[in-house]
Amino acid sequence: MSEEKHQHVVPYRVYVIILIALLILTFSSVGITSIELGEYTVAAALIFAVIKSFLVLTYFMHLKYDKLYIRVMVGFVFALFLVVIIITFLDYLFRT
Amino acid sequence: MQTTSAVNGANYLTYQGKYKGLLGWIFSTDHKRIGLLYLYSIATMFTTGVLLGLAMKFELLAPGKTIMEAQTYNATFTVHGVIMIFMVVIPGLPAVFGNILMPIMIGAKDVAFPKLNLLSWWLYVLGVMLVLAALLFGNGSPDTGWTFYAPYSFKTGTNMLPAIFGAFVLGFSSILTGLNFLVTIHRLRCPGMKWTKLPLFVWTLYGTAWIQLLATPVVGITLVLVALERIFGVGIFDPALGGDPILYQHLFWIYSHPAVYIMILPAMGAISEIIPTFSQKHIFGYKAIIASTMAIAFVGYLVWGHHMYTAGMSGPAQYYFSLLTFIVAIPSAIKVFNWISTMYKGSINVQTPFYWAISFIFVFMIGGLSGLVLGSLATDVHVHDTAFVVAHFHYIVFGGTGFAFFAALHYWFPKIFGRMYDKAWANTGWLVFFIGFLALYTPMFYLGLMGMPRRYYDYLEEFHSGNILSTFGSWVMVTGFVIIIVNLIRSARKGAPAEANPWHGKTLEWTIPSPPPVLNFETEPVIGENDGPYNYE
Amino acid sequence: MEHAHHVEHPDMYDEESSKIGMWLFIFTELLLFGGLFIVYSIYRYLNPEAFHLAGEELNRTIGTINTVILLISSMTIAMSTTALRKGHKKVAIALVVVSFVIGFAFLVNKYFEWGVKFSHGIWPGSEQMLAEMSQGEILFFGLYFVMTGLHALHIIIGMIIMLFTIRGLAIGKVTIKRPSMLDNCGLYWHLVDLIWIFLFPLFYLIH
Repeated sequence: MSEEKHQHVVPYRVYVIILIALLILTFSSVGITSIELGEYTVAAALIFAVIKSFLVLTYFMHLKYDKLYIRVMVGFVFALFLVVIIITFLDYLFRT
Repeated sequence: MQTTSAVNGANYLTYQGKYKGLLGWIFSTDHKRIGLLYLYSIATMFTTGVLLGLAMKFELLAPGKTIMEAQTYNATFTVHGVIMIFMVVIPGLPAVFGNILMPIMIGAKDVAFPKLNLLSWWLYVLGVMLVLAALLFGNGSPDTGWTFYAPYSFKTGTNMLPAIFGAFVLGFSSILTGLNFLVTIHRLRCPGMKWTKLPLFVWTLYGTAWIQLLATPVVGITLVLVALERIFGVGIFDPALGGDPILYQHLFWIYSHPAVYIMILPAMGAISEIIPTFSQKHIFGYKAIIASTMAIAFVGYLVWGHHMYTAGMSGPAQYYFSLLTFIVAIPSAIKVFNWISTMYKGSINVQTPFYWAISFIFVFMIGGLSGLVLGSLATDVHVHDTAFVVAHFHYIVFGGTGFAFFAALHYWFPKIFGRMYDKAWANTGWLVFFIGFLALYTPMFYLGLMGMPRRYYDYLEEFHSGNILSTFGSWVMVTGFVIIIVNLIRSARKGAPAEANPWHGKTLEWTIPSPPPVLNFETEPVIGENDGPYNYE
Repeated sequence: MEHAHHVEHPDMYDEESSKIGMWLFIFTELLLFGGLFIVYSIYRYLNPEAFHLAGEELNRTIGTINTVILLISSMTIAMSTTALRKGHKKVAIALVVVSFVIGFAFLVNKYFEWGVKFSHGIWPGSEQMLAEMSQGEILFFGLYFVMTGLHALHIIIGMIIMLFTIRGLAIGKVTIKRPSMLDNCGLYWHLVDLIWIFLFPLFYLIH
C-alpha cells in the first residue's frame, strides 16, 4: 500500500520564514485597523486574515507539498462556505 | 494476509474473533458486522417510530380527542419525527448497506478506519439513549417538532436538552461514517477499479458522504447554540435580546435540506443497482447518473430556504430559492428517465426487489411532482404547513428512502444472510404494504389542499372522511410491514441456503460466497479493461 | 495468525488515508465554526454601531499577544514533523512539548481576559448586561463568549491530542514509517490557529 514514497521533508528554515511573515502581517493588521478607515476597516482586517490563513494552509499544513486533489477539496470547502454566506445575505440585504 | 487460509470455511456471521457471543458483535470492527448492528438498531427504532405514527393516525380517526390530549399528540409527532429522521432515514441505507456492501463492491477488505466505524455505531447508540432519556425523564417529552425551532425550543418547559444533545451525537456519528466512506472510496479501490467503473451505489454513497461531512456540522453548532440559549440565555436566537429566530431557521435548514439528499441519494443508488440486475441490461446513462448524483449533492446544498417561504424572508431570497429548487428537480428527473430506459428492451426478471424498485419509482415521482407545488412560491403559501406537506415528504422520505430500503433489503438479503427468503410471502408483504401506503398518504394531499393544517390533534368535521381512509391505510400498511418482517426474520434463520449470485448480478459482491468470508476476498480482485459493474450481454 | 478461529483484522494503516481523513475532519470543524461566522456576520450587519462600541471593550494587547503565541506554537509543531522525518526523535518530542506549553499559556491568558470581563459583570445572561447594554452589544458579547469559548475548547482538545502524540513518540508508536499521528496532531493544531486568525480581527481589531 505504500508504493508512493514522496516523503517531502520541509526544511526548518521555511517554517521560520513563514512565522516571521505571519508576525509581520499580524502587526500590520493591528496597525492598519488602528487608523480610522471607516467602513474599509473590516475589509482591511479580513484581507490580512485571508493572506495569513493562506500561508498557514500552504506551508504549515503542507498543502503545497500535497497532491492536487487535496488542494482542490480544501478550495472547494472554502468556496462552498463563501457561497452559503452570500446566499444567507440574500435574505438579510433585502429585508424591509 | 496469512489469516485468510486460517479461517477458510468460516464466514463473517460465524467466525469468532477476540470476544465471544454478543461481545464479538458489539466490539467487532468488521464492516459487515457493524452494518448488521446498524440494521438491527435501525429496525428497532423504525418499529418504534411506526408505532408512534400508528398512534397519531388513530388519534386522527375522529375529530376531537380520540385517544390522546393535545400535549401528548405534540410530543408524539416530535418523537416520531426525531426518531424517523435522525435515527432511521439519515443513517438508513449508508450505515446498513453502505457498511456491509460498499467495501466489497470496491474490492476492499474493510473500510479505511475500522475502529472509527465501530465508534460511529457506538455514538449512534449513545445518541439514541440520550433522546430516549428525554422522553422518559424530566418534565415531559419534547414538543417542538423535530425541527427544534427557536424561540420555542428554549422557552418550552419540556425536557429538551437531552434530545438536543442526542441529535448532536447522532450527527457526529453520521459525520464519522461519511468521513470513513470518503477515505475508503478514495484509497481502497482494488486495482483497475477506476472512478468510471465504480458501481452507482458506491457513487451515491460518495456524494452522500460529502453532504454528511459538510452539512452536519452546521446543525451541530446550531443545536449547541440552542442548548447554550437554554442554559445561559446567550440571546443569539432570542428576539427579546436582539436575536433573530429566522436565522435559526436558516442554519437549521442549511443542514436539514441537504439531509434529505443524504436520505434519498443512497436510495437512488440502490435502485440503480437493482434495475439493471433485474433487467439484465447495462444501465442506461451511467455517466449521466453519476453527474446527476453529484449535481444533486451540490445544488441540494444551496436550496434550503424553500422551507421558509412563509417565515419572513426577503423577496429576492425567496425568488432565488424557488428558482434553484426547480433546478435541483432536473437531476432527479434525469435519474427516473435512466431507470425507465434501462428497463426498455431488457429481459426483465420480476422478483421482490424489482417490485419494490418499480413502486419506488412510482411513489418517488408523485412525491417529486408534489414537491414542485411546494417549491413554487404562490402555491406554497396556500399549502404551507398543511397535510399536503406531510403527504409530500412521506411520499419522498418514506416512499422514496423507505421503499428503496426494503428493495435493497430484499436484493442483498441472500448475500448478507446466506439464505433466501420465501418469495411468495415477500411479494404478498410488498403488495399489502404498497396498498396501505397509498391509502395512508394519498388522502393527505387532498386534505391539505382543502386546508387541513398539520400538527393538530383535532380537525374540522369536513375533513373526517379523508382521515378515516388515511387511518385505515395505516392499518393495512402495518399489516404489510408485519408480513415482511416476520418473513425476513424466519428466512434469516431457516430459509434455504442461497447461491452466491441468485440474481445474476455483475457487481463484485456477487463474485464471493454468500454470506461473505471474513476478509471478503480470497485474493484481491482485479478489474480488467473490459469489465464493468453492469456489463450484461 | 495464531489459532484457527482467532481472526485478526488486517492492518489498514495508510499514511495518505490518515491524512485525508484528518483533512475531512478539519472540514467539519471549519463548517462548525462557519455556522458561527455566519451568525456573527449577519448580526454585525444588523447592528453595526453596537458591534463597534462593544468591540472597543476588548483588550487588543491580550488579543495580539495570544495571536503571536499561537503562531509560534504552530511553527514549533510544524518543525516537529520535520524533526521526525529527519530521524531526530528527541527534537520532535521537545518541539511538541514546547507547543503544548505555549498552548497552555494561551489558555492562561484567556482565563485572565475572561476573568476581567466577569469582574465587570459581563457574562452571558448576566443582569448587568441585560440592564445596561443594547441588544446589539448583548449579541456581540454572547458571540464573543461562545466563539472564543468554543475555540478554547479546541485548544484543550488539541493539547490532549499532543499528550497522546508525545506518548506515541516516546514509546515508538509514532515513527518515520508511521508519522500520521504527529502529522494529524499538527494539522489539528494549525486548524485551531487558522480559526483564531479570523476570530482575532473580527473581535479585537474591527472597531
